[in-house]
Amino acid sequence: MTVIIDYGVGNLFSLKSSLNHIGFEAEISGDADIIKKAERIILPGVGAFRDAADKLSSLRLDDVLRESKNSGKPILGICLGMQLLFDKSLEYGEYPGLGFIHGEIRHIGESIAPGLKIPHIGWNSLLFPRSKPKSELYRYISEGDMVYFVHSYHACGCEDSISAYTEYSTLLTASCECGNVFGTQFHPEKSGEVGLEILRAFCGISA
Amino acid sequence: MITKRIIPCLDVKDGRVVKGTNFLSLRDVSSPVELASFYSRAGADELVFYDITASAQGRRIFTDILRDTAERVFIPLTVGGGISSLDDFDRVLKCGADKVSVNSGAINDPGLIRRAAERYGNQCVVLSVDIKRVNGRFTVFAKGGRVNTELDALDWIRRCTSEGAGEVVVNSIDTDGVKNGFDLEMLDAVCSVTDVPVIASGGAGSIGDFVTLFKSLPKVDAGLAASVFHFGEIDIKELKKAMAHENIPARL
Repeated sequence: MTVIIDYGVGNLFSLKSSLNHIGFEAEISGDADIIKKAERIILPGVGAFRDAADKLSSLRLDDVLRESKNSGKPILGICLGMQLLFDKSLEYGEYPGLGFIHGEIRHIGESIAPGLKIPHIGWNSLLFPRSKPKSELYRYISEGDMVYFVHSYHACGCEDSISAYTEYSTLLTASCECGNVFGTQFHPEKSGEVGLEILRAFCGISA
Repeated sequence: MITKRIIPCLDVKDGRVVKGTNFLSLRDVSSPVELASFYSRAGADELVFYDITASAQGRRIFTDILRDTAERVFIPLTVGGGISSLDDFDRVLKCGADKVSVNSGAINDPGLIRRAAERYGNQCVVLSVDIKRVNGRFTVFAKGGRVNTELDALDWIRRCTSEGAGEVVVNSIDTDGVKNGFDLEMLDAVCSVTDVPVIASGGAGSIGDFVTLFKSLPKVDAGLAASVFHFGEIDIKELKKAMAHENIPARL
């Protein structure tokens, strides 16, 4: 069973439906006991970093996530959920994240060419780093396949853990991973067949 | 590279998809869920569901349909029509919508955009504007294009995007249903007053109209249409191929 963490943010309905659609059971829950029993965990999220981080800790779900990470359970953060996995974010201040992946979240305006629209909204292609083997998440898809992004911030200073980039005048972090912890800046549950294949691959990873 | 998006719009009334010419005559087309999955398979980049029912019962049917669609279609879904409060945002977001489009609701309650953006994020709030030239001035119309608000469209768009609207759908009443091309003059004017993504709507009659749109206005991010897709006058796969052939970034 995959548990989608409910802490009051994001389109959880689509995420659950996408997992069910490819034949995996999923439960939406904010209950620590249920999350502890999960085989794998998805941390979704949209909105502002600080609010989301506050909600996670006020529900004590940060501790549950830490425990799950240490037990080797696969964890997938999506969009803001991915950003929460990092050391810190510089969105409207400086706020600590879970620290599962080293690096920080910065505004894309610092990196991209002037005149480009922010947020980076729409379909863009995945580019795999040359120096690494292909991520397990991408076992069923190919480089160049397109996924759906909606974001104004991205992960920086995390080259060692990047599993895919996307090009928006410069290379932005599309996904990253560190051991059993995975993150996608894009929304696999909104990325058509390609996204479903990425979720299928994640559900095939075991502790 | 980010691609230009092609967005079919489904106007839904009493559980069925309808589309009129110049908003007046409505014609029944198909089942929304079936049509949505058909478009997703054909390569649509997003879908817009527009609820044009007024009754409470119609509202319930609409949210049921939305839920059925979100269970089967895994591309971004925007919902509009009758959105006038945060409760309305909540109602459709819980049923699988990713973005919510506000039109008359924002005109009646100008604080709605800011409140929604604060709660759900700018990326969730889409401003939809029906615009018509009145004495040479781009003017905002409300209630599905029936009521002249006398608001200047460019001022209105500037204001709403500064309040937190994350995208703007520009629907030209002057070209809607005419099928003779998008309103390039109006779109160009809108692009010059905002930095958020602009979605062109109203006037698409052929594949060439989309090509012309993206070629002449590189700042336009997406093209939206309804009947030309519903009646099979434009095949989305063919459209994407034609865009790629013209070096317009497209998701094939």
